[in-house]
Amino acid sequence: MPDLILTRNLTDPDGFYADLMAAHDGLTKAESDALTARLVLILANHIGSRDVLNAALHAAGRGADTPPSGA
Amino acid sequence: MTKIFDIPLYPYTRHPDQDRDQDRPARHPVVIIGAGPVGLAAAIDLAMRDVPVVVLDDNDRVSFGSRAICFAKRTLEILDRLGCGQATAHGVTWNTGRVFHGEGEVYGFNLLEEADHKHPAFVNLQQYYLEHIMVQRAQALAAQGKPLEIRGRNRVDTIGTHDDHVHLSIATPEGDYEIQADWLIACDGANSPTRRMMGLDFVGRVFEDNFLIADVVMDADFPTERWFWFDPPFNRGQSALLHRQPDDVWRIDLQLGWDIDREAEKRPERVIPRLQAMLGPDVEFSLEWVSIYTFQCRRMEKFRHGRVIFAGDAAHQVSPFGARGANSGIQDADNLAWKLAAVVQGHAPGTLVDSYDFERVYAADENILNSTRATEFITPKSDTSRLFRDAVLSLAERHKFARPLVNSGRLSTPSAYDDSWLTSPDADGLPEATRPGAPMPDAPVPGGWLLDQTGGDFCLLWVNGAAPPDLPQTPVPLRVLQIDPAQAPVLAQRYLGDAPRAAYLLRPDQHIAARWLAPETAPLSEALARALSQMEMADA
Repeated sequence: MPDLILTRNLTDPDGFYADLMAAHDGLTKAESDALTARLVLILANHIGSRDVLNAALHAAGRGADTPPSGA
Repeated sequence: MTKIFDIPLYPYTRHPDQDRDQDRPARHPVVIIGAGPVGLAAAIDLAMRDVPVVVLDDNDRVSFGSRAICFAKRTLEILDRLGCGQATAHGVTWNTGRVFHGEGEVYGFNLLEEADHKHPAFVNLQQYYLEHIMVQRAQALAAQGKPLEIRGRNRVDTIGTHDDHVHLSIATPEGDYEIQADWLIACDGANSPTRRMMGLDFVGRVFEDNFLIADVVMDADFPTERWFWFDPPFNRGQSALLHRQPDDVWRIDLQLGWDIDREAEKRPERVIPRLQAMLGPDVEFSLEWVSIYTFQCRRMEKFRHGRVIFAGDAAHQVSPFGARGANSGIQDADNLAWKLAAVVQGHAPGTLVDSYDFERVYAADENILNSTRATEFITPKSDTSRLFRDAVLSLAERHKFARPLVNSGRLSTPSAYDDSWLTSPDADGLPEATRPGAPMPDAPVPGGWLLDQTGGDFCLLWVNGAAPPDLPQTPVPLRVLQIDPAQAPVLAQRYLGDAPRAAYLLRPDQHIAARWLAPETAPLSEALARALSQMEMADA
C-alpha cells in the first residue's frame, strides 16, 4: 500500500498548471466548480486506495494546519 | 554628485559622412541603431571580428531608469568573451530566493548553483553600469584600431529598404545627412522606431495590471536575496518583489492592479508611504527612480526582414519575472554577430543569417512561454485562477510537492538549438547537457577555464586523444583544443560522461555544433559546412 506522495512527483509542473488553467478558460464560476469536481472524482478513481484518499482529504482539508494522525 | 548616467560618454561630433555629396552617401557594411546593451554587444563582437560597424544613437549617454538588473551566467560568459568580464565582479552575486504569502514565508530556494563555473548563476547590476563598461570597451577597441564608431545624437528618421542595402536619413544637432548600409541591426528597444517606420507587426499579450517599479537607495540590513511576496500585509491582494543592486540601491516592484490613476500613483506622496509600509517605519530611504509599467509578452513574426535584422526588445518583449529581457537580448547579439561576420566576409551564404531568425525566434518563444506562465501566476486573470494560485501557496507552506507549482518567475537559462539546421545529428552515449545545439558548459582546465580557451572562433575540442595532423582546410578560423581528461576531471564528466573519448565542434557563440565518439573518422568538414549553413536547406 503506497503512502500519499507529498513530495515532488509531477513531471513538468509549469506545463501541467498552464493546462489546468487553460481548461478553466472562459468558464463561469459554476462551470469551473463542476469541472474541478469531475476532475477530483476522476483522479480519485485513478488512485483507488481509500487510505491514500483519506490522507489526501486530510492534507487538503481543515485539518491541514495540524499533522495528520498516524503520519 | 554627478552620476554616470548624467555624463555624455559619446557626445555628438561632426563626421565626414555629413559633408559628402548627398547623392553619393557613404556606404557601411553594418549599421546598428541603439547603443544599449544589445547594440553594444553586437558592435563589440563585430568589431572584434574586423567587421566595420557604425552605432547610431539618438542619445549620448548610458540609460537611466528602471531597466535590467539581473544578469544570468550565460550572459556573463558572453560579456567576458567580449572583453567586458568585469561586469561579474562589479555586480552583486545572489543565490537564495524566498517566497512569502501573507504574513509568513512559504519557502526559500537556492539556485543550486553547479560548482566549477567561472561565472555565478546570477549577478545584479544596474544597466547603466553595464552600458558604461560596454561603451568603454567599444571605445578601447576603436582606440586599438578596430573598425567601430558610436555616433551620439544621431537619430534615424527614415529607412529605405532595398534588395542589397538599406538607406538611412539621420537627424543631428547640425542637420540631416544620409548613409547606406549593407546590413542594418535594429536594437532600438521595445518601442522600436525602426519597427514602426517599416510598418511591421508586434503581436502578443498585454497583462491587465500595473506595477510600480522603484529603485530606492537605503542602508538596510535585508540580506542579498530575492524576496517575493504574494498578498503581503503591506500590499494586500497584490504582489511585491525586493532585490539588491550595488551601491545600496534596491529594486522594488509593487503590483497595483488594473484600475488605478497612473499619474497619481507615481507621485512621491503616494509612493513613499507604500514603500515605508513595506520596508518598516525605521528604514530611511531615498528614491532614485520611480515608474509605472504594464507588462507585455510579444514578438515580431520574423526577426529578419531582408537586410534589416531586429534584436533584443525591438524583436521581442517579456514581463520582467525571470530576467529574460536583457539576457535574451545579449544572447541575440551573441547568436547574430559571428553569422553576420561570416556572411559579410564571404565565408557563408545569407541563409546563415536566416538561422539567426530561426534560432532566436525559438528562444524568444521559450522566454515568452516562461514569462507568460509566471505573470499569469502572479496576476491571476480570473477568480478560478486566483483560487488555484492561493491553494498552491497554502499547500506549499507544508508540502514540498506544491513548491514547484509556485511561480514567481522562472529565471533565465539559455536555449538549446536542437532543431536548427546548423546542428548536426548527435552521437549516442554522451551526456545530454552537451548535445549538439546546447550552450557549452564551462569547466576548469589546466591554466584557466574552458570558455576562455575556446574564445569566439570555431573550435575543435578533442577530449582524450590527439587531433590528427591533417585536419581539412577551413574557410573560417578553427582552433584546436586537446584536453587530457586526467587533468580536467570536471570537463571529462561534463563532456564525456562514461565515454572514453570524444571530439566536439563548437560554434563561435559557444554552442555545440556536432560531436563524435570516434573522432578519427569524424565528418568534420561536413559538420562545419552545416554550421555555416552551406549544406542544402533540404537538410534542415
